Amino acid sequence: MKAETFSRKYGIDIERIRADFPILKRQIKPGIPLVYLDSAASSQKPSAVIDAMSEYYRNHHANIHRAVHTLAEEATGMYEAARAKIAACIAAQPEEIVFTRNATEAINLVAQSWGRTHLKAGDRILLSEMEHHSNLVPWQILAKDRDLQLDFIPLTGSGELDLDACETLLGRGPKLVALTQMSNVLGTIVPIREIVRSAHRAGARLLVDAAQAASHMAIDVLDLDADFMAISSHKMCGPTGIGALYGKTEVLRDMPPFLGGGDMIRKVDWRSFEPNDLPYIFEAGTPAIAEAVGWGAAVDYLTAIGFEAIHRHETDIAAYAMESLREMPGLTVLGPEPSKRGGVVSFTLEGIHPHDIAQILDSYGIAVRAGHHCAMPLHTRLGLSATTRASFYLYSTFEEVDALAAGLRKVRAIFA
Amino acid sequence: MDDLYRQQIIDRYKHPLKRGMLDPHDITYEDENPLCGDKLRIDLRVSPEGIITEAAFSGDGCAISQASADLLTEYIEGKPLEEVRTLSKEDILDLLGIELSPIRLKCALLSLKVLKAGAYGMKEEKDA
Ligand SMILES: Cc1ncc(COP(=O)(O)O)c(C=O)c1O
Repeated sequence: MKAETFSRKYGIDIERIRADFPILKRQIKPGIPLVYLDSAASSQKPSAVIDAMSEYYRNHHANIHRAVHTLAEEATGMYEAARAKIAACIAAQPEEIVFTRNATEAINLVAQSWGRTHLKAGDRILLSEMEHHSNLVPWQILAKDRDLQLDFIPLTGSGELDLDACETLLGRGPKLVALTQMSNVLGTIVPIREIVRSAHRAGARLLVDAAQAASHMAIDVLDLDADFMAISSHKMCGPTGIGALYGKTEVLRDMPPFLGGGDMIRKVDWRSFEPNDLPYIFEAGTPAIAEAVGWGAAVDYLTAIGFEAIHRHETDIAAYAMESLREMPGLTVLGPEPSKRGGVVSFTLEGIHPHDIAQILDSYGIAVRAGHHCAMPLHTRLGLSATTRASFYLYSTFEEVDALAAGLRKVRAIFA
Repeated sequence: MDDLYRQQIIDRYKHPLKRGMLDPHDITYEDENPLCGDKLRIDLRVSPEGIITEAAFSGDGCAISQASADLLTEYIEGKPLEEVRTLSKEDILDLLGIELSPIRLKCALLSLKVLKAGAYGMKEEKDA
């Protein structure tokens, strides 16, 4: 009943969308259909993406940028067209998009290239208490190497960033602020635009970890005015093995190469090299060409549906999930109210370890994640060793939330 | 899979027989499985003849890791410390009476890992 009134609100054709994702027809065991609630870890892939990659390998593959034959030209064209699509998706220019292996590598690129040339002993980097290890450990490595100080914006009781504390910490004059736009544990969406403005006023560069955000909402880097942004294909319906770093042209120009090798050079002699232009200077070696093509197809797919519609759908599913789960005795949902979050709902169930919850749910075909979700310090800060996380995407349904709730009732019965 | 959560395991998890700390003890060791957030400590009392007279565990974690610790500490009481060396993965699975996937095997084997580290640590000290 409730589910029906909810779902009618959306301008999203859920039946058609689900039909686009072959894996959603999978049965985990005979008669037990998959209920995939782990999209924050990695999203599933529509046929459009799988087909684009297959078509690339069947008809167009060759190495790019290095030959004049037909296939090489086609492959290069497809690779660069993908870059243009990804750039357009976040309102960037193609030369501002550096392909990496994932969001993690994009952040490491900034730490190693920009960080090593622009930061000196005693400089500060401002992070937050909700960062994924990907946006924490690269800075720890750099801090150790360069003798830097790390500060952390604390969280409020509801799992949002404490913006007053943020202002105070900006007063310490960090050279860089590196923040997630959406927490992969709490679901919190951070008011990143305002923080960019404050950071710039304080003279800091700002890096946005948009690994989560980019799959769920429209992003405009020009409007945000971020200096760097890390994004990841596999979280937004694209293949694994590719991500990107966005950097403002003038910032990227001021950075030395990260990895050396083919493609990133213009000229090489025995003792020195002349680097290539942006963005190739940061793309050493043969890149993930088919993956770029697949990611481009994913961006086309998502854009055709519309990020606004996707975001609205997920927030409403998350709101419904919070409502359903909160009715359960002993269950605590982490993070802020639905209006301030994306499609991630992490929770604890009193007296039952997340691993046991996830294992029992799996026997009903329900895929959730249990653990620290690559945010150990955040869990320690919350006084938890692990949580269970259900995460939603454009193909998630209210019925799946009902299945989750029913599964959790069974978990409670087993431990009763 | 529901088999994993047979009544014996749930009972052991909810009403462990050997949960606690021993003070004084002859051996104590703790370790964790950071991936899952399982933490486990095992305390032993050992007689001069090298017999484990009392064993207890503490910590927290999933039902599999806790039930395994409870069953194992119960099992080794009255046995020679030397015998700990010979305990294997199969012994733990026999105690639990279930099959486990590789990931959950780590949970089940944490107790054995802690016990062996504790027992060997003490032996090495004595030998040194
Ligand atoms: C907030 C956040 N940052 C970074 C990452 C890492 O992304 P990738 O897998 O592309 O390296 C993730 C994914 O788990 C994430 O959720």
